[in-house]
Amino acid sequence: MSRKLAKSSGLASGWRPLAGGAEARLVPQTRLSGPMPWVIAIMVALTVIAAATGLSLRNTAQAAAAELSGGVTVQIIEPEAGARARQAAASIAKLRAVPGVASVRQVPQDEVDALIEPWLGLGGNESEADVIPVPALIDARLTGKVTPARLARLRGAIREVAPSARVDTQASWLRPVFDAIESLQWLALALVGLLAFAMASAVLLAARSALGANRDTIEIVHLLGGTDSQIARIFQRSIGIDAAGGGVLGLALGLVAVLFLGRRFASLGAGLVDSGALVWSDWLLLGLVPVIAVVLATLTARMSVMRALRRML
Amino acid sequence: MSKSADGEIVQFDNVGLRYGAEREVLSDISFTLFPGSFYFITGASGAGKTSLLRLLYLAQRPSRGMIRMFGDDAITLPRARLPALRRRLGVVFQDFRLVPHLSAFDNVALPLRIAGAADKDVDKPVRDMLDWVGLAGRMDAAPAALSGGEQQRVAIARAVIGRPEILVADEPTGNVDPDMAVKLLRLFEALNRLGTTVLVATHDLHLLQKVPDSMIMRLDKGRMMDPTGALRFPPRRPSVVKRAPK
Repeated sequence: MSRKLAKSSGLASGWRPLAGGAEARLVPQTRLSGPMPWVIAIMVALTVIAAATGLSLRNTAQAAAAELSGGVTVQIIEPEAGARARQAAASIAKLRAVPGVASVRQVPQDEVDALIEPWLGLGGNESEADVIPVPALIDARLTGKVTPARLARLRGAIREVAPSARVDTQASWLRPVFDAIESLQWLALALVGLLAFAMASAVLLAARSALGANRDTIEIVHLLGGTDSQIARIFQRSIGIDAAGGGVLGLALGLVAVLFLGRRFASLGAGLVDSGALVWSDWLLLGLVPVIAVVLATLTARMSVMRALRRML
Repeated sequence: MSKSADGEIVQFDNVGLRYGAEREVLSDISFTLFPGSFYFITGASGAGKTSLLRLLYLAQRPSRGMIRMFGDDAITLPRARLPALRRRLGVVFQDFRLVPHLSAFDNVALPLRIAGAADKDVDKPVRDMLDWVGLAGRMDAAPAALSGGEQQRVAIARAVIGRPEILVADEPTGNVDPDMAVKLLRLFEALNRLGTTVLVATHDLHLLQKVPDSMIMRLDKGRMMDPTGALRFPPRRPSVVKRAPK
């Protein structure tokens, strides 16, 4: 007897954690069978969709901003068609002479007609007098950004040949759209934050419930010399496994939804929407959502268990 | 074995314990435990034996007084250092407190695993211990499938498997037959001979006769009594009375 007992005596001063299997056995495992994995799966799926929306909106805004940052639109507002054509030609020539202007093109009448068609219709056999005068449009692209000083110089140059012309940056046309996109980005970010908070709350409740259900076991381990960290690891492990299972399922569900929505939007064929397509770094970020969910779940579980243990002696 | 300069490993000085606003369940408890000694705490049901043991195995802080264990002030010791102290104790709880979903084997292995022992260092000592308490054939049984006596033996095996410096047992023979009670006492004595300080709370006066070299502490209504019934304070280990050899 003494030899047997002496053999294990050196273990009493050890501080190593419980072996993985032993930790897992200390609380009854309900792995992937309780509601927690499903709650986490739903949270992760919603987070993936919200994050994908936010990233897509960011891409849209960035692509549009890059495209429009050097763009200037000149409208020749002249009711008489002949004068309008002359002023347009003179404006194009003037613009080409301005330093820093990379390209100039007059928007063809067909394109202009197509642009206004949804509002004014195709037109038909109206007499010349009935035709609504439509401004001539010139699309100029500058090297670099359009600053107020450069815009003022352009306006001055155009005014010499087309006094009634209107010169605007293209970005200013879309400012309300950018503002709306920015708001939607913030909304997506807020949704991601709220979902993370909701998931942490759900994990907190699950950890508390598990603590309550296993209070006797915890007390025994505690009185046998188990440290708070050892006991917390038991719950971290259990909830971490639930979160990993739920996270993978949620990611799969979220990606299916994102791909489906992506295809639907791609079929619209609208330039602004197309530019919102997700790039590889976006997909990588979405892939990190379940990883972050597991980290968040285990941290929440650890903190709630540690707080409960601190109430014991 | 760390202890204070005077050689004691446990010292209670004027300890009182009350739960909430109730009257004290323990009052003016003062005694000293020395390494390698064998103690009994006796007293009628409700005398405060279990409360005293709860203070000893650090499940409870006293309402007043001073407790020193292994040279440390157990009351002011930082919470993070308490697990290390607890690992030096073996406890047989009155209600056994086995983990219900673990087998007898895993329950006995628990202190070793908490201390970080690898599976290969756990298997043989646990099997030997369960064999010794007569449960070799019941290793895989869950506590619910064991009789009261069997559960008690598992609880005792769990308490002694890590060879604690102090063994605290609360009515350890309450649910076993007389032969097993004697056998368990012999196990406690064997541990005691190896240097473990043993403290057994019991109301079974016959048990006291079975360990001639033991010392007896008597509790009555939450107060430590000497054999004459007179209160002693301040104590100089007087409340622990060495039994005269037969």
